[in-house]
Amino acid sequence: MSGTIIITGNHAVSYGAWSSRVRFVAAYPITPQTTIVEMLSDFVNTGKMKAEFMTVESEHSAAAAVMGAESTGVRSFTATSSHGLLYMSEVVHWIARSRLPVVMVVVNRAIAPPWSIWTELLDTMTHRDAGWIQVYVSNNQEAYDMVIQSYRLSEMKRVSMPTMICMDGFILSHTFAPVTVHTPEETDEFLPSYSPLWKIDPENPFSLGNMATPDYYYEFSYLMHEAHENAKKLFNNVDKEFERFSGRSHGGKVHGYMLDDSESVILAMGTLSEEVMVAIDNLRKRGEKVGALKVRLFRPFPAEEISKALEDKEFALILDRSLSYGYEGQLATETKAALHTSGIETPVINMITGLGGRDVTYKEIEKFHGLAKKKVSSEKGPFKPIFIQLKR
Amino acid sequence: MGKEIKTVKDIPLQELLLPGHVACAGCGMAISVRHVLKILGGNTVVTVPACCLSVIQGLFPKTAVAVPLKNVPFASAAAVASGLKAGFRLQGKELNVVAIAGDGGTYDIGLQALSGAVERGEDIIYFCYDNQAYMNTGIQRSGATPYGAWTTTTPKGKKERRKDLGLMMIANGATYVATVNPSFPMDFYGKFLKAEEKKGPRVLIGYSVCPPGWRYTPELSIELGKLAVQTGAWILWEFEEGVFRFTGYSKRLAEGKAKRKPIELYLEPQGRFRNVLRDPEKLKALKRGINERWRVYRKIAEVYSSSTPG
Repeated sequence: MSGTIIITGNHAVSYGAWSSRVRFVAAYPITPQTTIVEMLSDFVNTGKMKAEFMTVESEHSAAAAVMGAESTGVRSFTATSSHGLLYMSEVVHWIARSRLPVVMVVVNRAIAPPWSIWTELLDTMTHRDAGWIQVYVSNNQEAYDMVIQSYRLSEMKRVSMPTMICMDGFILSHTFAPVTVHTPEETDEFLPSYSPLWKIDPENPFSLGNMATPDYYYEFSYLMHEAHENAKKLFNNVDKEFERFSGRSHGGKVHGYMLDDSESVILAMGTLSEEVMVAIDNLRKRGEKVGALKVRLFRPFPAEEISKALEDKEFALILDRSLSYGYEGQLATETKAALHTSGIETPVINMITGLGGRDVTYKEIEKFHGLAKKKVSSEKGPFKPIFIQLKR
Repeated sequence: MGKEIKTVKDIPLQELLLPGHVACAGCGMAISVRHVLKILGGNTVVTVPACCLSVIQGLFPKTAVAVPLKNVPFASAAAVASGLKAGFRLQGKELNVVAIAGDGGTYDIGLQALSGAVERGEDIIYFCYDNQAYMNTGIQRSGATPYGAWTTTTPKGKKERRKDLGLMMIANGATYVATVNPSFPMDFYGKFLKAEEKKGPRVLIGYSVCPPGWRYTPELSIELGKLAVQTGAWILWEFEEGVFRFTGYSKRLAEGKAKRKPIELYLEPQGRFRNVLRDPEKLKALKRGINERWRVYRKIAEVYSSSTPG
């Protein structure tokens, strides 16, 4: 029976894998991901999950073993963070190019040096172009729900691409909140058993991934792009179907908050977007017509939805918890490109916030909005990224 | 499995490495892979990291390998094989999962994944075709390149001795460890048949000639493999259930029933050892290295003999 339990974001993910009837898990410990796979190991050992849990010697091997198991047609899962993701990076690309619908949770964590265990999105941003569907979640329930939804979407034959669920370290991973979970039997209603696009079968032998000349390689890449286009079309349908199943929707590709009459919009991803919504409530009380846009899907990029949400607004404030050195925050770059493509001239102010886990409070966000508003009304642009939390 | 191969006539006729592969003439790996697939048969899945085999299988959309083959990242052969085996096990499918990798992908970049898989007791066969350098990228030294050998990155000959993967695998806890050499096909088949029947991690290390990399003419490939064993440069042995055994001609050498041929016979046809043959000091050092290997292995055979109590 479904029920509501109070668990951490990490354990919400573990329950998500359990509900999804994951058959194979390979993982390597890394903070702050570790408790996801600890619980999965426990589930497997107690028989709660009918699966194999492989304790590999590195993240590279975790991804490699998952690639092997998934290639035989078995639903597989892994989780990692930061350096772990960077270490498995080669196989991350390889899984996507093999068109294997693996689901991996990345608990976002800053990259060293200096060592940091706190959240920042650069680890997953670095894998923006690895071919994975990327979803950023902002609460424990969403983390749980997206594990199940991601298998559904990834395994659709028109998609057959892996999904990376990205969630802020500690803010979600180690924070308790109520989460409604469904048994695997209940979840079957929403998530059918895995029927792969291809699998390794001695009855039907073929070589996978042997050398392709420039005459062929291009098309492989195009097919991945096409799969992403399909995922973009299907993403909201999956959200709606999930709502029919569970009663919960997270808004689809983007989640708008008080957008209709808003004059400005604050964009963010992950837990930052929850903080933004609190700030919006306060700003509204003071008569500011502000709305929020939580960008949930980052690849494929919901350019149309974002453009539509920002059309005719006085300005957009984009908060990035990640920085592409020498340019700006990645969400800002992507959003500006989307606006340009749609011929929308809404000014964009980009603020770099929360790097290495620096706290970003709703009170600060309220101030950020005031500063952005002032800047837009007094300056013409072009606007450079603002390092708003920099200590000088 | 009930297969028995006592003479060359018993070797299965089925070809699973098909004509049309693009290996160099005289390639030791192609000969070995042909044998391996004949022994293991169609109920086999192969995983291959970056190496000559990832190229010689042919260009997409064609392939010269008639069993399912998944190409995988350089460092990942043993880990992918572990995952494949787990996937099949979860579905109740019994088949051979074999990783076939070169020495670079085994002794060097893939060693960690291999060591992990052996430590976990993964039920896989790992075959390293050891051609003693990075041949696919154009002959660079590897951890398996022997002392004195020329490569493009050891222009004056390698100064260090090669790693001993076999001993590492024994220490690592593999179920079955053996060296093979396609110039001795009966020994080769016997060991693979044994490997197939066993469970757990089985590691076979194959002497694998490379005419362009070793600088000799391809018609000598089989002869060179024989000389490698007859001179003691390559030792045939197997390790199973706590027992180490010399096999084939190496056994005769170990028992004193045959005498090692002069090493020069093995070195002279190979351009890669030209520096060694020109320098008596280097030649002496190379010989010392081989003698030392033999001393180590005789000791190992003594320690892990079948008569060892408990």
